[in-house]
Amino acid sequence: MLAQIEGSKAIAEAVARCRPEVVCAYPISPQTHIIEAIGVKVKSGELAPCEFINVESEFAAMSVSIGASAAGARAYTATASQGLLFMLEAVYSAAGLGLPIVMTLANRAIGAPINIWNDHSDAMAARDTGWILLFAESNQDAVDLHVQAFKLAETLSVPVMVCMDGFILTHAVEGVDLPDQENVDAFLPPYVPRQVLDPDQPVSIGAMVGPEAFEEVKYLAHLRQLDALALIPRIATEFSESFNRDAGGLVRGYRMEDAETVVIAMGSVLGTLKDAIDLRREAREKIGALGITTFRPFPEAAVADALRSATRLVVLEKAVNPGGRGVLASDVALSVPRSPLSSVIAGLGGRPITRASLEAMLARAASGDLPAVTFLDLDEAAVAAERARLADVT
Amino acid sequence: MTRRPIRFYQVGSFAVGNRLLEDEERTVQSDAKRTNSIDSGHRACQGCGEALGARYALDAAMRATNGQLAVVNATGCLEVFSTPYPETSWRIAWLHSLFGNAPAVATGVAAAMRVKGRDVRVIGQAGDGGTVDIGFGALSGMFERNDDVLFICYDNEGYMNTGVQRSAATPPAARTATTEVVGPHPGNVFGQGKDLPRIAMAHDVSYVATATVADLHDLEAKVDKAMSLHGARYLHILVPCPLGWGSASSDTIHLARLAAESGLFPVFEAEHGVVTSVTPIRRRVRVEEYLRRQKRYAHLFATEPATDVIARLQAMADANVARYHLVNDETANSDLEA
Ligand SMILES: Cc1ncc(C[n+]2csc(CCOP(=O)(O)OP(=O)(O)O)c2C)c(N)n1
Ligand code: SF4
Ligand SMILES: [Mg+2]
Repeated sequence: MLAQIEGSKAIAEAVARCRPEVVCAYPISPQTHIIEAIGVKVKSGELAPCEFINVESEFAAMSVSIGASAAGARAYTATASQGLLFMLEAVYSAAGLGLPIVMTLANRAIGAPINIWNDHSDAMAARDTGWILLFAESNQDAVDLHVQAFKLAETLSVPVMVCMDGFILTHAVEGVDLPDQENVDAFLPPYVPRQVLDPDQPVSIGAMVGPEAFEEVKYLAHLRQLDALALIPRIATEFSESFNRDAGGLVRGYRMEDAETVVIAMGSVLGTLKDAIDLRREAREKIGALGITTFRPFPEAAVADALRSATRLVVLEKAVNPGGRGVLASDVALSVPRSPLSSVIAGLGGRPITRASLEAMLARAASGDLPAVTFLDLDEAAVAAERARLADVT
Repeated sequence: MTRRPIRFYQVGSFAVGNRLLEDEERTVQSDAKRTNSIDSGHRACQGCGEALGARYALDAAMRATNGQLAVVNATGCLEVFSTPYPETSWRIAWLHSLFGNAPAVATGVAAAMRVKGRDVRVIGQAGDGGTVDIGFGALSGMFERNDDVLFICYDNEGYMNTGVQRSAATPPAARTATTEVVGPHPGNVFGQGKDLPRIAMAHDVSYVATATVADLHDLEAKVDKAMSLHGARYLHILVPCPLGWGSASSDTIHLARLAAESGLFPVFEAEHGVVTSVTPIRRRVRVEEYLRRQKRYAHLFATEPATDVIARLQAMADANVARYHLVNDETANSDLEA
């Protein structure tokens, strides 16, 4: 069903069609419109039997989701930024317990300084939690990834986070093809937990594990993530067969055929990037893009394969690893160890990434004078002034 | 406010089997067919009040719910000593996630059971640290939403699992590893701490009760009562800890009784914020009798007894007696005046 709809509302529609049974969330911009829209659906009875629980913190939101999922309910929540950090201990717990919770992360910067606008710093804080992290490029993508996320999570008994850029996607109104209920029902069977809290078959879940077995437990979790790398493309194929459009998968290339320079990126910036690439292509530069849809587990082999004939790599990302290059840049560098790579940090705290500045950056990349680490569109004068002031003080 | 009539004055009225009682009035623990919710073989210290309290409470809850019970446990001694992988002491459906989130996890379990159309009741449980400190926000949220969860606090007055540190339930003057017996005010300071039962009452939940492991009949009756109600409920059980209190393993029950009989730990029930019954003190004792048996108070009884500190603790006990009317005329065979 085609609809002209706000990203958040589209997510609410998609999640609703996945028939969640317990939805528990705590408000934080830019996630609020998602949970408000689902809240209406639950309260009106449209999603019955489903409970919407208003809690006192994100820590509680993830904890309620843990309890609900462990007791056999399909659980969904959403958060962003500070909220993700506030619940982080429970985020690890959900993964450790193997609970297939699905969470939307409306990507937002992390303070201090407090900032409500988009970047990917929050997701980076969850990269080693044992959750699968998927990044949406558009609202259509975000909708489709949510439908796949439940299936992925429940097949593997691993939680899945769907990352979508705060405001840029969550608050953008655009045309989205919402999946029909019958199609979703056919694609996503009811949740059958691997292990469930049930007095009729009592089990102890969450026991203490010491040095004699902890490493094995974690290794098994590692293997499950490797299984995910095999399963994600299969689910994407199944999805496109059921819904007649492509979404999901590990990575997606754009104009990669003969590309010598490849820009690797995640999320909505890929849209602008593709426009910039089209323009550079007109100037006969051999340039392409690689979108990372699955950020965790990191699809090393797929990335290496996609980049095998590229000679120059630029990793464009909205997160900073102070003192080092970007987090995604490090992951890409490990996948293709011999390729020269520039790490470009951009769009922090909602700074727009314009086509013009991307084009300029691409021109520098093509001529080989992009440094190892670049902060795009930096106000050099402001930085110099502040450094001079600090030098005076000390 | 009604008072619970006292049936027997002999110690036997506390006993597990108590042959003076009719069969149906005997405790769940005296029933050979009880669930054994937490089975033997766990790693608790000898004489652990928390192990006893959990067994009494959960066996009673299992009987009250016909076995349709799920339990969510916070991190702490109870969780650690009961589930050393690959073993478990739990014969019931049991889930542990974190130290500070048991009330919220319990809410989630209850919600799932409801959407699944299952009549499974939920208990959340934690030590005093998991209840009054790190789990407090989640607990207050659970109370405020009136979620259908009975939360049980096993109060041993400190962070025992991590080596006996102070919690907001540690009483004044008590020695812990973070309120050492040094400086001008040895032990924990006065004028701090949280009274969780009263805070729970302020949430207007349907049922709040306190109990000790010294009075099994009372404890089981309170679990029964709690399980007969719905919505958020709270049970605060005093569970002496031989390791943390520096007491004899054989003294656990006795100390729990002295805590109640001194007035330091008032035993009562409240519904919707109003006290509805209290367990009167049968034989009032001075706080010294309770304090002296515990090494955590040993500094009060050095060559120079700290009479001023002991007097302040006695005043706290007296205040409880007055607030909850713990002593009535018939039971006032107190030796306090003697
Ligand atoms: C977030 C977090 N902080 C600290 C700890 C360490 N810790 C584990 S159990 C515990 C003390 C438990 O005290 P209490 O809840 O009173 O239970 P007890 O062991 O006394 O029965 C602490 C501090 C932890 N596991 N998680
Ligand atoms: S330290 Fe205390 S609470 Fe912990 S097992 Fe020993 S006696 Fe029980
Ligand atoms: Mg304790």
